[in-house]
Amino acid sequence: MADLNPVTAWRRLLALPNESRTKTLVMAFLVSALCALLVSGATVILKPIQTANRAAEQQARLEALIAGIPGMSDVLTQEGGALSTVIIDLEKAAVAEDVTPETLATALEDSANWTGLTAAQDLAGLGQRPDFAQVYFLRGGDGAVSVVLLPVSGSGYNGPIDAILALRADMNTIAGLAITGQTETPGLGARVEEPAWLSQFRGKSVADASGTLRFAVAKGLAGSEYEVDGITGATRTSNAMTRIIRFWLGEDGYGPLLAAIKRGEF
Amino acid sequence: MAPRAGLLSILTEPLIRQNPVTLQILGICSALAVTTSVATALTMSAALTAVLVMSAALISLIRRHIPDSIRLIVQIVIVASLVIVIDQLLQAYLFEISQRLSVFVSLITTNCLVLGRTESFSRHNPPLRSMVDALGSGIGYSLVLTVIGSIRELFGAGSLLGWQVLPTVDQGGWYTPLNLMLLAPSAFFLLGGLVWAIRTVLPEQSEASEFLSPDEPEDRA
Repeated sequence: MADLNPVTAWRRLLALPNESRTKTLVMAFLVSALCALLVSGATVILKPIQTANRAAEQQARLEALIAGIPGMSDVLTQEGGALSTVIIDLEKAAVAEDVTPETLATALEDSANWTGLTAAQDLAGLGQRPDFAQVYFLRGGDGAVSVVLLPVSGSGYNGPIDAILALRADMNTIAGLAITGQTETPGLGARVEEPAWLSQFRGKSVADASGTLRFAVAKGLAGSEYEVDGITGATRTSNAMTRIIRFWLGEDGYGPLLAAIKRGEF
Repeated sequence: MAPRAGLLSILTEPLIRQNPVTLQILGICSALAVTTSVATALTMSAALTAVLVMSAALISLIRRHIPDSIRLIVQIVIVASLVIVIDQLLQAYLFEISQRLSVFVSLITTNCLVLGRTESFSRHNPPLRSMVDALGSGIGYSLVLTVIGSIRELFGAGSLLGWQVLPTVDQGGWYTPLNLMLLAPSAFFLLGGLVWAIRTVLPEQSEASEFLSPDEPEDRA
């Protein structure tokens, strides 16, 4: 290759018979290089738009999930505003810095991100509590939190009960409760899922003026603004609901977070 | 192949007379999969036509320098790259529809229609003629998809392009949607019916039968 002039080299290449080995190799290389450039260019340039699309889709899925939970859609339409997803570091009662909704599942696989609970603390029968929780804020027109949706869980009579508890802006009035998963006895404990029972939660207060948690599922009919009717024949499930809500609203659950929201930190 | 057909006839030939789907029965898989609604059918048509025209142009440009031994690989690489670019564009700007088209946009790569046109036409013709031919084939494909998509959406969901034409029972109207229309078999029936209709009008498209019917006496054949 004495002649290094690219133009003449290019001409010589084109003049080569199509079947020559050099031309085959060079053509294969050029076509793949150009196509690689095209594909990577398109992927890199369009990436931000696609990421935004995916995020919007996740948000839509979440809204659909919440709208599909009986009772929650009423809460949303009554309160209005936009829903945002936030990962909370329960230790610090602040937004988690390095965990996002996408990485939450991975973070919770690490046992370092769980806190063990002593028997006295462990009202809900969880054994240990994750340090991160995905909560949802509904903000009104002025940007202040109008409703907060808190996922709660605990052991019921037959198995775990998962629910989403919605609290109004004062962080003391229940806006609604939705059961997202339970395996209680059909016809008895499983009645926790019934809209009629869940609708009683709306408007109940969880703590009194001194801040003591008073919320309870009553034994029998509700007797105060802190109580909902018990479920006949499902005392253990009823008690479990009381303990789950008391645990998660207490010091070891969302208590510090609710205090921070009341202080206006969110 | 005709010696030098005019550009106009190159463009119009594949619309019905040489329609890639109904005559050559190419690209059936995607034609069946994406025709549950007009919107997806149109998007798929546009994507396929774009890929077809661009690949025809590119391959026709380098047609004299494609080594024969690797010509299929070269063509497939070009087609596949264009498909990825189109897929990325759809994901960025038509996200919802691209979700519904799912894998079928990527499968344009393996659509016989694209490779068929580049291999049989673009490799032997200058860019402009190749592009016109590709555009014709693309429009022919789009026509079939649009017809089938319209019928399926109209009878399967009572709507056209998402606009309610026949009020369904769910919404308080009178029309009970024909769920079969939204399932894959209906696309086979419709496509079969369409091919039958076209071949009845244009009998020259019918293929000679390859086998004798057992009911027919041999001596009559």
